[in-house]
Amino acid sequence: MKTLCFYFQIHQPYRLRTYRFFDMGIDHHYYDDYQNQYLAKRIAEKSYLPMNKLILSLIEQYGKKFKVAFSISGIALDQFEKHIPEVIESFQALAKTGCVEFIAETYGHSLASLSNTDEFEIQVKQHVAKIEALFGQKPKTFRNTELIYSDDIAEMVGKLGFKTMLTEGAKHILGWRSPNYVYKSAGEESLQILLRNYNLSDDISFRFSKQDWVEWPVTADKFASWLNQVPSEHQTVNIFMDYETFGEHQWAETGIFNFFAALPKAVIEQTPFTFATPSEVSKKFQAVSPIHVPWPMSWADEERDITAWRGNELQDDAFEKLYSLCETMKEITDPHILRDWLFLQTSDHFYYMCTKWFSDGEVHKYFNPYGSPYDAYINYMNVLSDFIDRVNKAPKTKTTKK
Amino acid sequence: MKVLMFGWEFPPHITGGLGTACFGLTKGMKKQGMDVIFVVPKAYGDENQESIRIVNASDVEIDLRTKEYSSFINQITYIEVNSKLIPYVGEDDYYRLINEESSGNFSYEKEISKRKYEFSGQYGTNLLLEIERYALVAAQIAQDYDFDIIHAHDWLTYKAGKAAKMVSNKPLVVHMHATEFDRSGQNINPLVFNIEREGMMAADRVVAVSNYTRNIVIEKHGIPADKVFTVHNAVEPNDKKDEKTYTKVLGEKIVTFLGRVTFQKGPEYFVEAAYKILQRDKNVRFVFAGDGDMMPKVIRRVAQLRIGDRFHFTGFLRGEEVDKMFGLSDVYVMPSVSEPFGISPLEAMRSNVPVVISKQSGVSEVLQHALKVDFWDVDAMANSIYGLLHYPALTQMCIELGKEEVDNLLWENAAYKLKLIYQELLK
Repeated sequence: MKTLCFYFQIHQPYRLRTYRFFDMGIDHHYYDDYQNQYLAKRIAEKSYLPMNKLILSLIEQYGKKFKVAFSISGIALDQFEKHIPEVIESFQALAKTGCVEFIAETYGHSLASLSNTDEFEIQVKQHVAKIEALFGQKPKTFRNTELIYSDDIAEMVGKLGFKTMLTEGAKHILGWRSPNYVYKSAGEESLQILLRNYNLSDDISFRFSKQDWVEWPVTADKFASWLNQVPSEHQTVNIFMDYETFGEHQWAETGIFNFFAALPKAVIEQTPFTFATPSEVSKKFQAVSPIHVPWPMSWADEERDITAWRGNELQDDAFEKLYSLCETMKEITDPHILRDWLFLQTSDHFYYMCTKWFSDGEVHKYFNPYGSPYDAYINYMNVLSDFIDRVNKAPKTKTTKK
Repeated sequence: MKVLMFGWEFPPHITGGLGTACFGLTKGMKKQGMDVIFVVPKAYGDENQESIRIVNASDVEIDLRTKEYSSFINQITYIEVNSKLIPYVGEDDYYRLINEESSGNFSYEKEISKRKYEFSGQYGTNLLLEIERYALVAAQIAQDYDFDIIHAHDWLTYKAGKAAKMVSNKPLVVHMHATEFDRSGQNINPLVFNIEREGMMAADRVVAVSNYTRNIVIEKHGIPADKVFTVHNAVEPNDKKDEKTYTKVLGEKIVTFLGRVTFQKGPEYFVEAAYKILQRDKNVRFVFAGDGDMMPKVIRRVAQLRIGDRFHFTGFLRGEEVDKMFGLSDVYVMPSVSEPFGISPLEAMRSNVPVVISKQSGVSEVLQHALKVDFWDVDAMANSIYGLLHYPALTQMCIELGKEEVDNLLWENAAYKLKLIYQELLK
């Protein structure tokens, strides 16, 4: 039996307000509260809530035959708790069914994996604790921010005790190999790697409503027929995407909800696939071979690399300035500073500074609250300057001094 | 393809951007294989004719007995000049104009019987009379020369363009380098507005130097959108081989405004932004390189804010002085309220100076590596300047990518777009 593994990513950043240099030293509130609350509510109403309701009803209908997995960033959970607790409740209802796996990530949806091992560990543990507290299950699977993966990161993740990790089925890593097998990390043999099948994933998340695409419209039956074309010796098809695909990137009017509602029946009745969560897939299959990823990759853009966040001097400068604080931050106890430290690490801030979209990438523009990467950088640096000043002035504990 | 062009000035005898733009464009046209006959009201003989042939309207003999002229002669009426009519006017002429205006000393001589007109080619008080006469001569030129298409630059030459079209039946393209709305805000001179509008209505195609200008002529002049095309200006490559480096004496940062100190250029927003920066960073100096009618107001505001010790007024700069000013500057700011194109930020970027420009400018449409703000958003303007002064990664990137970007804005690309417009007309 082959497995079909659905995993959805949920994340909302704390977007920064317009923070001028003359606010520095005077005003330490960095966030656009109105915008953040408005967007979280809008997306919950358009996407998360109706989709959770749909998935719950599908589980009620098909029982253990239908399963999905979620990764929800810590700061998204924070915002839901504060503004729209019904989103938390609906995820809790899903958790109770036993058909839903919650995956660990960094609490701040950060890029700490690219900088500092200690900070990475702190945030993963923080996120695991949050998931346990809210949903009563201890995550066994890990996915890094934007599916960023490398041998070094795999090593850190393995050491933290995870059995499974998700990443992109990037062509430049796989070569002739298929993403439809379970692999293992080259360095951490105990860590099994599940790879995203980007063709079938993007058929839903990007191409679903493309009317100029030859395959449009995508129906559940058509999707099942594509699954039937997967060679019989393959083990699993992993469909990973943003949860906002449903209702936000693809509006309800495109029929995306109806498509998903019909999908379990089509898969169960017409294909040799069974639905499974990432840890089930990982347990069921032996890894076929190790994968070597010396340079970090991700699920973003054509290149599947990390240049969307670390691709220019602006991003590098902001990133290095931020992470130069890591050691000092260990001595900080002020909860406000600790909270801002997490929020400022969110990868989105660096994404907004990306200059690649000058030439391509409608996707980038879609997610960007700034008029230009330069504006994004200046705003972030103003905030960071104020933050660094606060960190320097804050009382420190001497305990971690080496 | 042969183009008969009507301009008002040509390098080296220029007062502002119009002549420079015409020069660059015609050079690009030469590279695109087009021949240009360029008519100016007054030629001095030392114009750069490497790409084009200059025709001096003052040398053209006209025969008044020819029937075609009678209609123009009847149209010649004296109109008093009472406003700032000039596109891209330089400081000297501006003051001269103001002075002439205030003296109220002009006379209209009926010189119709003469066979040659001596044009001043300036922007004086006889401007409207000269425009009419220029049209007369244009009609003669249109008879004497062989060409495929007529192209007229800015409203001063539109009557000439219309006359040439009437005589020759060749298609007319008019080029909007600036509109009356850019020059005068909402208090427009209706005479000029009408010449602009009639010129564009009579033309087969209208070329605007930016989408910003294109929108103005569509919305405010009421020109049908389907005949208005945008051809962005470009900039001549920096031909100075050995770039001098200017060392700063004071070790302080310098932020520069360079241009006319007039309503259109938004100098007062520059002062307000400077004030905000100086409250946080005393280590910055601000330079006003230029002159104009807003100068007294600007100086008074600077004094009122008690930041006079941080401000420097250099007056109007020319040639090498401009290069030196760019060489000393850390940031160049163009806070224009309304700028049809705005070539000076390109010159700054070419000299490795990062720029902050207003979104109400045509040039902002072609630049990515410039910081863009609304002219009225003083906070954003101050913030962008502050960013360029304090975050080296940003400054470096704007300088490097900006230079690359500007070096790729070529006049021959503009000329190519123009060629397509011509070709479509001649089909």
